[in-house]
Amino acid sequence: MAPPSSRRSSYSRRAQYGVFTGYVIAGVGALIGAILLALSLWRPASFNGPRTVAQDAVAPAAEASAEVRAESLNLIEAIRGYLRAGSQNAELKEEVELARIRLAEAEAIRRENARLKALLGLEEDEEARPVTVARLIGSTSASARRFAYLGAGRIHGVRVGMPVRSPRGIVGRVLEVGRRSSRVLLLTDSQSVLPVRLADGNVVAYAEGRGDSMLRIRLINLGINPLKKGDVFVTSGAGGYYRPGIAVAIVAEKTEDGALARIISDPAATDYVAVEQVWQPEAVRAAATPVEQSVSEANEN
Amino acid sequence: MERADPRSRRDAYGSRINRAHSPLLAYAVPWATILFASVLPMFPIASAAPIVPPIGLMTLVAWRLVRPGLLPVWAGFPLGLFSDLFSGQPFGSGVLLWSLALIAIEAIETRFPWRSFVQDWLIAVAIVACDVVAAACLSGARLAAPLFAALVPQVLLSLMLYPIIARMISALDRFRLLRVRILG
Repeated sequence: MAPPSSRRSSYSRRAQYGVFTGYVIAGVGALIGAILLALSLWRPASFNGPRTVAQDAVAPAAEASAEVRAESLNLIEAIRGYLRAGSQNAELKEEVELARIRLAEAEAIRRENARLKALLGLEEDEEARPVTVARLIGSTSASARRFAYLGAGRIHGVRVGMPVRSPRGIVGRVLEVGRRSSRVLLLTDSQSVLPVRLADGNVVAYAEGRGDSMLRIRLINLGINPLKKGDVFVTSGAGGYYRPGIAVAIVAEKTEDGALARIISDPAATDYVAVEQVWQPEAVRAAATPVEQSVSEANEN
Repeated sequence: MERADPRSRRDAYGSRINRAHSPLLAYAVPWATILFASVLPMFPIASAAPIVPPIGLMTLVAWRLVRPGLLPVWAGFPLGLFSDLFSGQPFGSGVLLWSLALIAIEAIETRFPWRSFVQDWLIAVAIVACDVVAAACLSGARLAAPLFAALVPQVLLSLMLYPIIARMISALDRFRLLRVRILG
């Protein structure tokens, strides 16, 4: 059968006008879409209002599905564990022995660290309590941008810019906040840049998202590339958003100007995440101040 | 006379005695399923790479191809607007791309009115592939080769998913025209 729309719309004037109006509305719709798109590319925050309301509306359903997802992940892990229990046991024994030695060394270093800090009179607030702990309830898994949704919002104390971390490492940064849900910019988004340094060394670099679940490490000091496969990068604290020393990525492949790295805290494997305070709010505010204005003036405003 | 065939008063949509199609069901089902499908990619996985096919757009295209004449040409505007709330794309990209997709199908249909399922499948995949690439270009992401390489699995998954979605849509289409009991 020929589809109905390919038949002529008859000799009725009214029917012909109806079809024509449909095309006009469709064209105008596409045009409005283009205008909205240009507007939101120009000012990305223009439509945050309706979007956060919509996210708040679906947050309870997403919360439930996140729970199911975490449970099923655990089940698969358990089955996998049974299948390769023997070889894993031997491996783990060896690893525990090494870890015990490292732990003793780390303890010694910690004592020395505390002693030196006391010597310098540095105060460290040990109780960096997270603002809130919540689930990652979903992500924009069909879009080229990498955002995740978090099941906590303004009423839980979440604010724009706060770092989000899992027990393994950094997940991302809060981008917009709704009443009881918020949107997180993941590290792998291609607009995400994070200052990092090598965990055991003084090599500083930027970790940029590539949009395909890998991070590109760009060294700041170009020269001989000191990186090796398996090197771990941690946050350096530059920029003021993230506290220094949180795990970020592990080098998977060396390139000319740095490396390709895998994120340590893959959002697909994380269940609960903690939202932390911005580490140095003053530094962030200072960085956002225009050059013509002094920082103290900006603080007064 | 022999007893009449018990199925003689039934058709594919149920018994015809004292039952009629419900206008609410007939018109709401396509819109509701497309709205539901555009929220769906948010739920199953919080992945580090884009891998879930654009299920909302695929459902829209499937409804349009499986049951032509049901959705108006301008349906891309309101449906795209809704999908933009959840897709993570800049606002307006769904409106633009979904409207263009429906206009493109309309143009293809005037040119090729007689098609088999395989041709419908190819049309749907071509539209989804164009949409995925265009959406990536318009997403405000920094454009580089790895980003486009990451889109390939998504397009291949859409290729495999379309026949399944089309079968589901045809089942929903039968459900849409189900006869329900008339009261009074």
